[in-house]
Order: sequence, then C-alpha cells, then structure tokens
Amino acid sequence: MNMLSPMPPPPVQDPRDRGGPAQPLMIARDLKKHFPVKSGPKGAVVRAVDGVSFTLFKGETLGIVGESGCGKSTLARLLLHLIEPDGGEIVFDGDPVAAPRGITVNALRRQVQMVFQDSYSSLNPRMPVRDSVAFGPYVHGKSRAVAREVAREMLLKVGLNPDLFGPRYPHELSGGQKQRVNIARALVIEPRMVILDEAVSALDKSVEAQVLNLLRALKAGFNLTYLFISHDLNVVRYISDRVLVMYLGSVVELGPVERIFTRPLHPYTVALLGSRPSMDPAHRIEEPPITGDPPSPINPPSGCRFRTRCPFAEAVCAARAPVLGDWLDRESHVAACHIHDPESGHSRAHGVS
Amino acid sequence: MVPLVEVNDLTVRFVTREMTVHAVNGVTFSVSPGEVLCILGESGSGKSVTLRALMRLLPPRRAQITGSIRVDGEDVLALDAKGLRHLRGGLVSMIFQEPMTALDPVYTIGHQIVETIREHKGGTHAAARARALELLELVKIPSPERRLDNYPHELSGGLRQRAMIAMALSCGPRLLLADEPTTALDATVQIQVLILLRRLQKELGMGTIFVTHDLGVASEIADRIAVMYAGRIVEEGPVADVLAAPLHPYTRGLLASTVHGQSRDHDIDAIPGSPPDLRIVPTGCAFAPRCGMAIPQCRAGIPEERHPSPGRMARCIRVDAPVPAYA
Amino acid sequence: MSPTIITAPPSSHFEEQVAPALMVRGYWGNVLFRLRHDRVTVFFGFILLLIILAAIFAPLIAPFDPYKESVIGRLKPFGWRSHPLGTDELGRDLLTRLIYGGRISLLMGVVPVCIATLVGGTLGVIGGFGGKRVNTVIMRTMDVFYAFPSVLLAVAISGAMGGGIANGMIALSMVFTPAMCRIAETATTQIKNLDFVEAARATGAGTFTILRFHILGNVLGPVFIYASSLVSVGILLASGLSFLGLGVKPPTADWGLMLSTLRQSIYINPEICALPGVAIFITSISFNLVSDGIRAAMDVRM
Repeated sequence: MNMLSPMPPPPVQDPRDRGGPAQPLMIARDLKKHFPVKSGPKGAVVRAVDGVSFTLFKGETLGIVGESGCGKSTLARLLLHLIEPDGGEIVFDGDPVAAPRGITVNALRRQVQMVFQDSYSSLNPRMPVRDSVAFGPYVHGKSRAVAREVAREMLLKVGLNPDLFGPRYPHELSGGQKQRVNIARALVIEPRMVILDEAVSALDKSVEAQVLNLLRALKAGFNLTYLFISHDLNVVRYISDRVLVMYLGSVVELGPVERIFTRPLHPYTVALLGSRPSMDPAHRIEEPPITGDPPSPINPPSGCRFRTRCPFAEAVCAARAPVLGDWLDRESHVAACHIHDPESGHSRAHGVS
Repeated sequence: MVPLVEVNDLTVRFVTREMTVHAVNGVTFSVSPGEVLCILGESGSGKSVTLRALMRLLPPRRAQITGSIRVDGEDVLALDAKGLRHLRGGLVSMIFQEPMTALDPVYTIGHQIVETIREHKGGTHAAARARALELLELVKIPSPERRLDNYPHELSGGLRQRAMIAMALSCGPRLLLADEPTTALDATVQIQVLILLRRLQKELGMGTIFVTHDLGVASEIADRIAVMYAGRIVEEGPVADVLAAPLHPYTRGLLASTVHGQSRDHDIDAIPGSPPDLRIVPTGCAFAPRCGMAIPQCRAGIPEERHPSPGRMARCIRVDAPVPAYA
Repeated sequence: MSPTIITAPPSSHFEEQVAPALMVRGYWGNVLFRLRHDRVTVFFGFILLLIILAAIFAPLIAPFDPYKESVIGRLKPFGWRSHPLGTDELGRDLLTRLIYGGRISLLMGVVPVCIATLVGGTLGVIGGFGGKRVNTVIMRTMDVFYAFPSVLLAVAISGAMGGGIANGMIALSMVFTPAMCRIAETATTQIKNLDFVEAARATGAGTFTILRFHILGNVLGPVFIYASSLVSVGILLASGLSFLGLGVKPPTADWGLMLSTLRQSIYINPEICALPGVAIFITSISFNLVSDGIRAAMDVRM
C-alpha cells in the first residue's frame, strides 16, 4: 500500500502491525556492545553500551538523554544492527530480530529508519538531494521514475519545494534544509519507527524550532514512533512522552517525561537537570550541581558508575551495581540507584523512596 | 569611564574570485573594563568574525576590514607585527570552542603555559612554572602538579577547556575574548566552566566579550547582550531587560523558538524561513523577509538605531510603535 | 496502513528561499568556474591540447616523412633547407620526429595510468570496502610492489619481458597500480564511515548498490586527480625506458629514444640534442600544472 497516494483516512489497521496496540513496538533487553581499545592494555574494552533495556510503545516518543560518551549514539546503531550487538536481544513488534523464528535485519530496516545529526557527512556530497531521497525507494525495487516521483512528494511534505531544492547538492543547502532532506530520506520508505540521533542538535535555535514542529507534524501524519536522542534536556522535555537517562553505557533512570523532569529519582538526573542554564539573569546558578567530568568508559567505576561524582555515594555503591527495577511497563518510573532500593543498605534508602 | 574596547562601524568582507561575502556590515559597540558583553547570534550572523577581527585573526588577504577598532586606546587595525604580538596574548586573550585548536598536541600543558609567560613577561623558567601552577589552581584543575606534565590529549574535555583558560589568563589580559567556549562541553561540565569563567572575570576584573548562540549561556554570564543578525547588531541592552522584554522582532522570535518549558500541546513559535544569503548586498532590514511585523518601509532602507530607553538599542523601525506580545 | 495524509504542510513548515539564483551552479559548475579563472591552468591546458592534437594528427601536419633519412643532411641546424628544427643524426626531420614521438610518449604516459586506475582503483575500492581480511591481502600485496623504487621496478619488468611498446606499458602499469590502489583504498575507507553510507545501509541497500551510488562517485575525484598527476611521471619513466633501450625500438620516433641516440652528437649540435628533452619537459610540466589546477578547482567546499 502506498501511503503517498491520497486515500480516505479510515482507521484501518496497518497490516504491518502484527502485535496489536498493546505490544510494544520495540523491546531492547540487556543490549551490550564493547569495543576493543586499539591503544592500551590488551583486552581493554570501551563499554559503550553495557546492558541497556527499555521498551518503546507504539506511537510514543521516547527521549534518550545523556552526555557525550554515554553510549546513546552506539545504542541507536545497535538497534538498527548497523553495529552488531555483543549481547542482548531486540524484539520488534513481538518478533525477535535476527533470531530463529524472528525477523531479519533487512525486514527491520524497512520499518525502522534513522536521521543523523546534520553534519557535512549526512548526505552524499556528489548527489543532488532528490536522488539521495529517491535512493531508498529505488533500493526497494521501485523504478527510477517512480522513485523520483515519490521523492518529490516527500520533499514537499518536509517543506522543501522539490523543483527548487531537489536538483541542489548538499553544500548548496543550509543546515535546516539539509536536515529536512535527511528526514525526507528516512520517511520516504514508510518506516513505522524513526530513530533521531541528535537530529536537531547542530541547528540554530530558530531553525531547530521549525524542524521540531515538522517532526511533530510528520509523526501525527504518518503514525510514527520516535526514539529521540539528544543532549538537550529542554528539547527532550518538549518532544518526548517518556525519557531514558543514560550514563556511561547504562540506563540510570526511565520514566514518563513529567515525572522525570519534576521528580527525578537518580542523583545524576537531578544534577543533569540542575545544570541547565537558568534563563534568568536574576537567579543565576551559583554552584555547579556536580563537579568533574564523566569518567572514561574504558575502565568504568565498579558498582554504580556514577558513584565517583555522586554526592551520596557510600560503600555499598562501590560494592554492588544497582539494578533498574521493573522497566517493562509504560507508566513505570524507575532509577538504578541504591537510594531507591530499601534493601540496598544505603543510609538514605528509606528516607527518599 | 573610558571604554576598554571601542568598535566603530566595523565591516568585514570576504573576497574571493567567485564571490564576496558580506560577513559584518557596520557593527558599533563598546565594552567597559570589567564588563561582560555577550554577542548572541546564529551561525552566519557574523559574531565570530567580529570577535576575530578584534584580534586581527582573519586571513589578511581575503578579509577586507574597514571601520575602527580600539582596544585600550590602541588602534588595532593600524598595528604592525610587533604591536600585534603584544596585543595577542598580552593585552587580549582568546579562548575557543575547541581547545585542541589552541593547545599544541606535542607539548605538555605546563610547557605551553611556561613558554607563553616567558615570551610575554620574561623571567626564569622556575618562576614561570610556579606561575603556571598557580594558574592551574586558579582554574580549579585537580592535582595541578601532575597535570602540568600532561599532554592535551591526556585530559578530559572539561580539563582541557580549563587548561586553555589558564593559558589565556597567563599574561593577565585586560580583555578576554571567548568564542563559544562551552558549546562543545557536556551539560554538567558546561555549567562548571561557565561559573568558573564568571568568577575569574569578576576576580580579575577583565573586560570580556563572549560569543554564543545559546540564550541560556548568555543569561548565565552576560552583563549586556548584543544580538547580531546578518552581520549587524539588531538589538543591544542589559541582559535582564533584553531577555524579559526584547524589542527587536528577531530577538523575540529567537526567545520564542528557544525550547524552554513550552507547552507540549502546541507548536513552537518558530521564525519561518532561513537567514539571508550574505553574498547579496543587503538592502533594507535583513530580517524583513522573515518578520511577521514587516511593512513596506522595512525594505526601503537599513533601519537606524533607535533608543527607546537608556541603555537599550534596537534597529527596527517599528520599535516605537506598540507591538503585540509575542507568544 | 492508513496514516493521515499530509497533503499540504502548514505554511510555517515551509522553507522559503529568497535568492536561489546565486546558488545553483552545482559542484561541477563550480569546478569549471574555478578552472576557467585559473590562468596558469588554462595556459598549460592549452599547450597540452596543442601537443595532443599534434600527436593525433601527426600525419597531417608533420612536414616530412619521419623515417626518410638523408646522408648529406645530418645534424643540420634550425631552419636548414625548410627543416624548421633541423635534422637528426640520420638526416631525418626533427620536427616531424618530435611530432610523431609525441604519439608514443603520450600513449606511454596515458595508457598505463588508465590501466593502473582501472586495476588499482578497483582493487583499492574492494580493499577499502571489503572486510579486514580482504583488505590485508590486497594491501600487503601492493606493499610488496611499493617496496621497490618505481624506476628500478619498471626497468626490471621491461628487462625481464623484453623491450617494445606493449611490454613497456605493462611495466609502467604494474608500477602505477599499487599507488592507485592505495589512493582508492584510503578514499574508500574515509567515505564508507560517513553517515550517508550508514544511512544507505539502514535503508537496506546491498553492498553493490552502495558502492555504485555512494562510494564510486566520491572516490573518483581523488583517484582522477592522482591519475592526472601520474601521467607526467609515466611520460618521464617511458622516456627513461626508451633511453635505456628497454622501450621502443629504433627507428620508431620516441622522445626518450631520440634523446638517447642524439646524445652522441651533443658536441656537434647541442641545441638539437636538447630538443627531445625540451619536449619531454614541456609535456610533463603541462600535465603536472594542469593536474594541480584541477586539484585546486575540485577542492570546493562541500
């Protein structure tokens, strides 16, 4: 079925929706990716993604926040099998990916697309952008002429006049225009889920707002599910339904967006939220919420990864890694912190939770 | 008070065979000693070019600079090579977004700071090293003795930024130029560096010009804000006033499109369109094509500065007219 | 499936471009524009064009028969009896032989480079895009060839296979292939890690499709630039081989060979002996400068 041809909008179920509305679109279980370190002691690895689990429900936007090196971009690539995971499992609409009786990676890639950060390398510099957009449909067996036509319509839908912009090369477009092309390229093959990896981060604020509006409109128009990766907490709060906070390759907190932003559980989330500039010159931030830089993911601290910067760190934090708790549910708000585990033995464990 | 920096009608054009880019088109501002001026603008607004012109860091063959720049009474555009050396690193220091561009990867942090001090101030190696240690302590680098002997790549992003700040401060500059020094940093590190810069600036009494695209950063550090668009300052004023009651439609649009606690139920009030092509000589208000309040007169000529209240300036012909609240 | 259809997005979502006229020159348009305004490149390009045209139309423009000897008219100076550049040691018209010699020199410069580009380029792209093992096999083999000085390698190969144009070309092709391979491999490795290639993989495109649409176009630029700079090396090497008697056989006209046979007459008529060398020099430097010009022009911001 071609979504680009106008058709009446009766709520016919998407034939690709196999699991029904209650089945999460994607479940990631204990995903792991360790990169070997080239220079350094033998056997040393970068624990880029180290046991990440989450659910992504149909039609929602899950925001993933974290600082550089926390593994959020690696996670995005793992979900599409652009990098092979070292461990863990991905379930797409009830079907395990690249597993016996599951769906193939290629089948997954027809339903999940990715928009990269706008950079000089996000579009082929030697290709007019309409060809970059038409590439997907062409790969999927459409003729060149049809692929071009589909690309034209998609460019129109992301707000670019195809006659004006289609023949241009990427270096002739502004950052915002390039990002619209990237979005068109992802949506043109009619995915059900889109991973947005820092998709608006490199854009100027006024352009970022335009693209965010566009993304929201497209999501409603095409029944999309978003995985929105960003380091900008304000943007994540605006666009996400639920939020996942990462630190050094693992999930520290997961929950509905307003709960995370108004009642954060994990000390790292608290610090991250407190690090946002005040936007009010009369009430500037006088003391940084936490000091120091994130440690290297090559030799992450034992136990809780955040303990080296955490104001509440105790012996138990070094001894045992806290667990996230029950993350499967849509409403659950969980944090991997001993403070919120009454049995952990942390001295604050009873007071806060 | 005599201003530390006086820039008058500065224009910068980049001329190549294929095209001329009008990067800065008549910028006038001044900075008092001990004051922080934030130049706020998006990419291509000319904010970084303005900053680099102050230190004559633009490629001399391609960049045509006119107007006047005076720093501490010295005419920067008339300086010879020797005068420039005295200016850079002595009177004026600059910190960058990416410290790896300012730090030499093949020398240790300590070596680089010591060399900078000895080049400008002379003195013995031991004295310079003692001063370098003081500087690392000043920028709150943990275990500074050890860090002196580290190479730049051995430091984390935040420490590297602090090391660059230490080097910039090594000769006691009276003017600090900062080009998006916190943009590449993580959120929890960015606020630390911002607070550090704010404190150092107060303690050392440096005049500072801080270029950023981030309203939040400006709100944390600025005394005054100058908003640039298409190579011109379109609005200027004390930071609190500009953020609370922006005069120019572009500033208002920028505030409205900066995501900050907006309701999730509505679209953001984005400014439509894209910034103008600076290869075309601007006539009229450069923002008019994107401005919801534009009237035919906006395109007739470049708007003059208007000063609706002391200390405030906006280049908009509609500034005195009552304006509907924006969002 | 039935998504709500967005037919016309709200106007606020639309990109207005105020002044598109300036921008639509395209990449190659920009390259041409730069080339046209580069006086050095245009000048030497023109000279190169003359040389190539002269070589192609040699029978039409050469004033004499290149093989017609004359016992009385040997080693005559410029302008002697309507021989504008004099005669060689067998009394043949030198201008004619220079024009004909250009054919061999250009052929020896261009053909091996083309072969090397094809072979080395293909191997390099495969090595760059293939897995680690493929890469190791290809690149280490190339390194073996790399380890020999190119002149020595060319001499050794033609020496082993015997002289002649064809063998000379094969020798030169083998000399250039490792270098071309290295350039193509480096370019491919750089390109394949860029986001747009990853995006293409994410649409489910196969290796061949990605190679064809996304890698080749981007690798061609650097490969072409490098190849154009190799042509002058090819001409020099070919001349060197002929000079050593490993290339073209007499009486064929070839600049290197002419240089070699005329060198005995250097005390009799030095300016005539130098002419083949001048021809080699002009051709080779023209190729070099034009190649530099193209490289500069193609270095357009992307």
